[in-house]
Amino acid sequence: MRISFLACAAAIALAGSAFAQQKQTVKLAFIGPLTGGVSANGIGGRNSADLAVRLRNEDPKAKYKYELVSLDDECKPNIAVQAATKAASDKSVIAGVTHYCSVTAIATVDTYHKFGFPVVVWGAVLPDITYRNKYAEVHRVNGTMINQNDVAAKFMTGQGFKRWVVIHDTTDYGKAHDKYFTEYLTKYGGQVVGRFGVTADQQDFTAELTKAKELKPEVIYFGGLTPIGVRIRSQMERLGIHAVFQGTSGIKSDSYIEGLGNKLAEGSLSFIEGAPWEKLPGGLYFTGKYAQAKYDQGPEAYGPFAFAAATLLMDTIEKVGPDRKRVIAELAKVKDKESIIGKITFDDHGQNIVPLISKYVAQDGKWMIWEDSEYGKGTRKLK
Amino acid sequence: MDVGLLGQYVANGLMLGVIYAMVAVGFTLFFGVLDIIKFSHGDVLTVGAFTGLATFIGLQMIGVASPWFQVFIIIIVAVAATGFLGALIAKYLVLPLRSAPPLNILLLTLMLGAALRECVRLFYPQGANPKPFPRLLPQDSLALGSFTLRLDNVILLGAGIGAIAAVHLVITRTRLGLAIRAVAQDAETARIMGIHFDRVVLLTFALGSGLAALAGVMNGLYYNEINFSIGLLLGVIGFSAAVVGGLGNIYGAILGGFLFAALQTIGAVLLPAIFPGLPSAYKDVFAFAVVIGFMAWRPTGLIAERTAERV
Repeated sequence: MRISFLACAAAIALAGSAFAQQKQTVKLAFIGPLTGGVSANGIGGRNSADLAVRLRNEDPKAKYKYELVSLDDECKPNIAVQAATKAASDKSVIAGVTHYCSVTAIATVDTYHKFGFPVVVWGAVLPDITYRNKYAEVHRVNGTMINQNDVAAKFMTGQGFKRWVVIHDTTDYGKAHDKYFTEYLTKYGGQVVGRFGVTADQQDFTAELTKAKELKPEVIYFGGLTPIGVRIRSQMERLGIHAVFQGTSGIKSDSYIEGLGNKLAEGSLSFIEGAPWEKLPGGLYFTGKYAQAKYDQGPEAYGPFAFAAATLLMDTIEKVGPDRKRVIAELAKVKDKESIIGKITFDDHGQNIVPLISKYVAQDGKWMIWEDSEYGKGTRKLK
Repeated sequence: MDVGLLGQYVANGLMLGVIYAMVAVGFTLFFGVLDIIKFSHGDVLTVGAFTGLATFIGLQMIGVASPWFQVFIIIIVAVAATGFLGALIAKYLVLPLRSAPPLNILLLTLMLGAALRECVRLFYPQGANPKPFPRLLPQDSLALGSFTLRLDNVILLGAGIGAIAAVHLVITRTRLGLAIRAVAQDAETARIMGIHFDRVVLLTFALGSGLAALAGVMNGLYYNEINFSIGLLLGVIGFSAAVVGGLGNIYGAILGGFLFAALQTIGAVLLPAIFPGLPSAYKDVFAFAVVIGFMAWRPTGLIAERTAERV
């Protein structure tokens, strides 16, 4: 009798644990720069995607258990193709939240297409990533640099500035920033008095900046990423150049301010796609949960996009199951989907139509939304 | 062009040139003494810069706050540790292979450079990321028209020139220098005359590596940032500068360093002006192309090492 009681208890315990473990595990890939100059953004994105996965796994209603496979693309195209191939060739990985750097995102689209691997880009802004081809596998939750530069040029000319020197890195990313910004600046009546294409790992900019100083610009526009943005701003000071430093979404990073210190970063500008998520209800939910999770580093500017991308993929898998083809077919139908970055609607190229661009200014060691800053309120002036 | 701006270009070029010259002097010392090309020299510079940064962090932790004292200790520790590393490289890698074909040493130091670089990347905390280097020197500046003179630039330039001058004095005015020159001229005869060959080689490698460490720390103080790959390009530029100046000749290395910096500055300014649409990113292409031209014109360098071969 005693033996049969124990056997029954063991059977119930086993059945219980089997019930708890019966959820199928579904893998998602995260690919971003986890090392290198822009790793703060990559780690912020990875943590945000990880947070989305954790929250989903805590949800008892979720049909699947999710696992995030993180891969480092080092912001280098060759490494990114290796990481993309590794993720896409693993049949157990259903979809990917991919890339912060445009050079890596554009280098990998063919790989994703070849493997039929659905991805949602979470940070890269080069238009060609979604618009060069019409790949059903490739989607993007953040906007492109086209709108960003349109708004930037209109805003800055509206502030009364007239003369710009453009410095951009010579990758596709930097060249595209130069192209779109110049196009819109000309449209809004601004003038580019000098243009310098620099390498993405250049250390010394004193020759270019001395030439720029001679041209007496009111604004130095920089189309590139944080590491050389920090170097250029720092060397501007060294050479006594008193011009406004206007960056793009590429410098909207806490590491930009940390690298320069509050004093040097003060008054730098950046523009980023999407609504100012800090103010949206979903954004507040995200920041609250992120703080609770106690990650070592902050989510950075594109963390919410990585969170939204991972959530979108998991919602899709919940709906159609862990099947790449079905996920691709379902993603094509995404329209007015609620997310922490606002509504997501993919056009026929898989590009989220993001009508809004947010303007940021560095004030007292923080990136502030322009309208909320003392600059926006008129109590401080850009100089 | 306004005189102030011209002065600014010259000042920028001098700063770059002094760092290149310090690296080039190291290459020339190694070549002069042992006729070897130590391709890991740039990465030894990286080790020096990171040692300096680690020392700074250590000083912060124990509460040392005086910037001047911090700079002093950073330089002492970086130069000593990297000099010791240079001597170790000489003792355990270069000297045992002395009778091997020169290609072996060249390959060995090339691989050693990659190993040092990867060690910094992997073992320094978050070593793959660029590291902010502290601003320890006074930031005061003086604006003279369009020319801005920074006090920290003046200090760094003075320190660089002083270091090169000190190495030159060691080589030309001391017993150690005499021994180095004797070994450089004829190692066998120097040995017969009682010079401790191995010790001279170790000290020469320590001297060259210590100079590279100083260049690495100066580079950090100037740009306020270091990363694990700074030595790669600095090593190539320093080597090119030493070759174009005349490998084995200290004056040649100095000339080569400043020449390379001048070419980069000219390339960055003139290329976009002459060929609109050509980015200044081509400045290195321009500088290296001109160096190739110089090497074709003067294969032994602008100031060739004085050698006499008896037949």
